[in-house]
Amino acid sequence: MWWVLLSSLRCIHYSPSSHPAPLCVPELGMFPELNNLLNTSPEGAEQGKLTLLCDAKTDGSFLVHHFLSFYLKANCKVCFVALVQSFSHYNIVGQKLGVSLTAARERGQLVVLEGLKSAVDVFFQPQEEPHPLQFLREANAGDLQLLYAFVRDALEPVDGGEAVWRCPVLLVDDLSALLSLGMGPVAVLDFVHYCRATVCREWKGNVVVLVHDSGDAEDEENDVLLNGLSHQSHLILRAEGLATGFCKDVHGQLRILWRRPLQPTAHRDRNLTYQYKIQDKSVSFFAKGMSPAVL
Amino acid sequence: MAAAGTCGTGTRSTGSVVAAASTNNVTSFHRRGPRASGADSGCSRLVSIAGTRPSVRNGQLLVSTGLPALDQLLGGGLAVGTVLLIEEDKYNIYSPLLFKYFLAEGIVSGHALLVASAKEDPADILQKLPAPLIDDSYKKECDEDVCSHKTESDVKMKIAWRYQLLPKMEAGPVSSSRFGHYYDISKRIPQQLIETSKWHGFFLPEKISSTFNVEPCSLTSGYMKLLQFIQNIIYEEGFDGSNPQKKQKNILRIGIQNLGSPLWGDDICCTENCDTSHSLTKFLYILRGLLRTSLSACIITMPTHLIQNKAVIARVTNLSDTVVGLESFIGSEKETNPLYKDYHGLIHIRQIPRLNNLIYDISDVKDLAFKLKKKLFTIERLHLPPDLSDTVSRSSKQDLAESAKLLGPGCGMMAGGKKHLDF
Repeated sequence: MWWVLLSSLRCIHYSPSSHPAPLCVPELGMFPELNNLLNTSPEGAEQGKLTLLCDAKTDGSFLVHHFLSFYLKANCKVCFVALVQSFSHYNIVGQKLGVSLTAARERGQLVVLEGLKSAVDVFFQPQEEPHPLQFLREANAGDLQLLYAFVRDALEPVDGGEAVWRCPVLLVDDLSALLSLGMGPVAVLDFVHYCRATVCREWKGNVVVLVHDSGDAEDEENDVLLNGLSHQSHLILRAEGLATGFCKDVHGQLRILWRRPLQPTAHRDRNLTYQYKIQDKSVSFFAKGMSPAVL
Repeated sequence: MAAAGTCGTGTRSTGSVVAAASTNNVTSFHRRGPRASGADSGCSRLVSIAGTRPSVRNGQLLVSTGLPALDQLLGGGLAVGTVLLIEEDKYNIYSPLLFKYFLAEGIVSGHALLVASAKEDPADILQKLPAPLIDDSYKKECDEDVCSHKTESDVKMKIAWRYQLLPKMEAGPVSSSRFGHYYDISKRIPQQLIETSKWHGFFLPEKISSTFNVEPCSLTSGYMKLLQFIQNIIYEEGFDGSNPQKKQKNILRIGIQNLGSPLWGDDICCTENCDTSHSLTKFLYILRGLLRTSLSACIITMPTHLIQNKAVIARVTNLSDTVVGLESFIGSEKETNPLYKDYHGLIHIRQIPRLNNLIYDISDVKDLAFKLKKKLFTIERLHLPPDLSDTVSRSSKQDLAESAKLLGPGCGMMAGGKKHLDF
């Protein structure tokens, strides 16, 4: 059967821009192993995709750092809605991965909405102009129209000039924080839908969002959001804790699920699972049970 | 700085200096430039703030929680700009101790304090803080405890000599660095220490009675007023870098007691679906924003065992940086369990943040128990006693297996699991 031949770890020929040999570009500081697993590279990044990152019982923020540095290296224009950590946090980790967020921001490649800082500004002083996080002042949860307007203004391709950046990318860390701030799951799904229609469809860009999976905490709103997004994503990366508990050498398990393949000839809905260990500047991936600590 | 000479509060750790927050944009996370522990090159003005030290991993500024054992478990201390959430034990007996240790550490290190409570007047809380121990009296305490338990840590082990090499959980006070002090719970803090310290109190019944007509807002009025109070203090006292003329930078330690309890006007502990269900999470988010942009650290105790809706607990955990849960044995069947006879409860480190880094300091020890001795609160590693019975009786083995299952549910943030095979 032809899909058995394809199921070996390293040579996954999925997209037409596949690279038969493993990547060994020395200046790539982000997780090259993850690029191999996803069979992408900054030169051949696909467009028009919605990627869902989710974590269950563990911290999936390393995936956010990966995609941020990946798309900056890929010369895309990135709009980063950073809701849960300060800009300097991402900057310092980005430097370990080989990108400078401050430099990217200065040359106009990166637009950052710092959620924490803006929330304090919006909350304590009434703003004259509409602000994307204005819903914090209101008692009733509204919708995320202003946030969508912010994203649209940030990523709109400039008419008249030649394309400086490859494609627009929206990155959100994380959507579950919006639920904590009083937004209903439907409002958040609407926001993602609008962003997808504009960024992915119209401008042929990508959208990457992170949602926490509450697991057995029975967060119904979060489950609605997660299920809705899982249904419409092209690629789902799910970081899970190990079923047996904490381990020093294997930090968790990553499930990669490709859905809605862009080529009709490729295999549908492929699902791969790897285990990973996070190190200071990179993440190493290995097949289940093949951790170097165990072998 | 603290005037009392009882603890030698010259907290300049040898050779470790921290770069001051940059003048235009104060963030509380700043890296030490060169990795060498010697003096930095002269481009940035080097100011070391009393009572703080940089983390060995990434140079982040840390403050002590007041319990050196807890500092060790949290990777050196509590990072400036973060929230430490203490999930209260069932009868709220032990969590106030951690709260008081944090505040007492602030007074001894000379930090400014902001104490908020809906139940107790902050002035009363400060009166009841434990007294700091100086080196000599701590050694005496240790010796007393050691004699009473008939264990000598200095005696060389003859048979189980490998165990001697295991690190002990608690280190005695190190005279060279003054980060983290020991306190005597049976004594009150000296009055002059409180008087020389700078503290601000927020007592909810006083603040809330002033105005009745508050415009409808997304937060309950108690939380709203507390946020405004905190923001006011941070801005006026210049903790967010807004007043660069101040000569000495200092840390603001914020302590909020029983957040989420009905005394704050929040229904979250009373009903499962309440109207103000987003009030608490919004409060925590705005508080996090305030902390990240100022030189402050916050401790919050929260009665999470009263919160009916588990989803809220998960959200609260995600919005806090460090989460520590206390579980006391009082009233539960574990009180009579022979496994736990030496201890008063378990302490769970539920979450530790990854700040400016992909990795974090996590201790390997997952099974931790605490004990309240006459004068000290200690945290120790919990281990199963050896099964010394001649005949293996069924009941004792089953008891141990049951207890072993309850041990170390694992740090939920890293990897929770249904089975408990942590290794």
